[in-house]
Amino acid sequence: MSAYSITEPTLRAKWVAGSIVVLYALITLLPLVWIVLTGFKTPPDSISYPPKVIFSPSMEGYVNLFTTRSRIAADDLAALPPPETWYDQIVRDRDMVIVGPSKFGERFLNSVIIGFGSTALSIILGTLAAYAFSRFRVPLKDDLLFFILSTRMMPPIAVAIPIFLMYRSLGLSDTHLGMILLYTGVNISLAVWLLKGFIDEIPREYEEAALIDGYTRFQAFRKVVLPQAATGIASTAIFCLIFAWNEYAFAVLLTSGTAQTAPPFIPTIIGVGGQDWPAVGAGVTLFLLPVMIFTILLRKHLLRGITFGAVRK
Amino acid sequence: MTHSAMDAAARATPPNIARRIRGLSDRTIAWLFVAPTIFLLLAINIFPLIWTVYLSFTNYRANRPNKAVEWVGFENYQNILTDDGIWANMQATAHFLFWTIVFQVLIGFTLAWLINKKFKGNDLWTTLIVLPMMLSPAVVGNFWTFLYQPQIGLFNYAVEFLTGTPASSFEMLGTTTLAPWAIVIVDTWMWTPFVMLICLAGLRSIPDYIYEAAEVDRASKWRQFWTITIPMVLPFLMLAVLFRGIENFKMFDLVVQLTGGGPGSVTELASINLKREAFEKWRTGYSSAYAIILFVTVFGLASIYVKALNKVKER
Repeated sequence: MSAYSITEPTLRAKWVAGSIVVLYALITLLPLVWIVLTGFKTPPDSISYPPKVIFSPSMEGYVNLFTTRSRIAADDLAALPPPETWYDQIVRDRDMVIVGPSKFGERFLNSVIIGFGSTALSIILGTLAAYAFSRFRVPLKDDLLFFILSTRMMPPIAVAIPIFLMYRSLGLSDTHLGMILLYTGVNISLAVWLLKGFIDEIPREYEEAALIDGYTRFQAFRKVVLPQAATGIASTAIFCLIFAWNEYAFAVLLTSGTAQTAPPFIPTIIGVGGQDWPAVGAGVTLFLLPVMIFTILLRKHLLRGITFGAVRK
Repeated sequence: MTHSAMDAAARATPPNIARRIRGLSDRTIAWLFVAPTIFLLLAINIFPLIWTVYLSFTNYRANRPNKAVEWVGFENYQNILTDDGIWANMQATAHFLFWTIVFQVLIGFTLAWLINKKFKGNDLWTTLIVLPMMLSPAVVGNFWTFLYQPQIGLFNYAVEFLTGTPASSFEMLGTTTLAPWAIVIVDTWMWTPFVMLICLAGLRSIPDYIYEAAEVDRASKWRQFWTITIPMVLPFLMLAVLFRGIENFKMFDLVVQLTGGGPGSVTELASINLKREAFEKWRTGYSSAYAIILFVTVFGLASIYVKALNKVKER
């Protein structure tokens, strides 16, 4: 390209465009920054008027997020041995003692188990099916995209009605296995579609060469196709993970205790007289952080996943 | 990761089974590879759909599993289509759908157009702008209720700061006139990046030589914008509208956390109403019929839209 390209925007146009975009980005990030900051405020600071931008940071939100506490009388408090840890101290300052851990740790762990479990299953089944769809004549091949779109047109609540009844009679309600199977079922058509796109791009000649060299079809799949599709598999996996991680409607209707994930739990973090905003801020920060990191790492593959492969770059 | 796991699995396979797999014909392999996926799709997608259709013709209630199930024909459908409450929900859904799409298209396209000016660091800023849409909608809804608090909320404070309207004088989520706009604002905040990304892909797909040719023909920048940029981005933009339309027609998580359908029922979108009928009033048969009606509506509208989209693409 020549330096005098007429399609290249002028320096002034770039500068103006850049400033507007940066301004938009700063405004749009403000709510996120605010909720992260709230996690480091004390409860009084979090609800002060005017809103406090400068405050002395506190870990109280994080302590409250991970513990359950109870209020005790001043005499009893004075009679207690001195606090052993910094988090005991924070709680004592509010005339309370730590009674035990909260459910947040468990709920977070459930999100991890269900998220990674369903992602692994979607990817294993999806890669096998995508290979078959890409290389062989298989029934349903032409209906796949239609299938993805039509399953995504069903409101989750509508799907949840029969699943709820089915799981109740199979004993899968509120179990990790039930949620893993459900999220896999929701993700798999998208996973197959995306993976098929990636495998389609690997030239058939590679495998044919391997077959001529005496590889069986299965070996060719394992040793030639899989390594070539690694990037595609990784970016599909992250999309499955983000869906399962963020999902709320099924989680709130089909789980209540053992297998409940973090999204239905976070809105139930209650403090004195309403939600405990610093604890919510802390929970939101911990919960959103993995997704933010993945988004930044995966930015180059973002488009294909979120548009179901309809837009390719 | 998957690769090494497969390797390990293959090494762990007893030799006689491995030999058998190696000897398989392409046809058998194809079936073996596809079968688990098809089974899962049947179990989680197809079977529940058929069951919903069956339930929609009965008076079944999930909280009374032992009561005899009666076949009621089209009674549920008739009741839904003549219910005024449902039409109010549909209007709330339409308002939400229309305005979110208008704002997201306008802002999303403008941002994409500006980013396409290729200023320094546009990659970094694009990634930052995209962050909100990757987050959990229910969690986003929950923390926006904090931002919308009358006295202490950041949103109300920002409005006071910019317009002088006292922060405690209005309640975004508690007023019937403001709540429908409050949910539009949050959805727009969250999903504008999606429209932006698709528009950006569209803008980047336009080859430079078309603009160069227009430049040679001395077409003004304004004319180039309307005769080259817009028509060539339109199919992408329409695709973005399709995805956002489907998503927002079935919107549940974000809005249920923000307003729970209130105040009154001004933000009770179709899905929220469906949840109330199915899992609070436990009218399973009735809500199944409701679910089928919603599905047929989206499906019908989307089919018409896709036809229009294909026509635009052909031009």
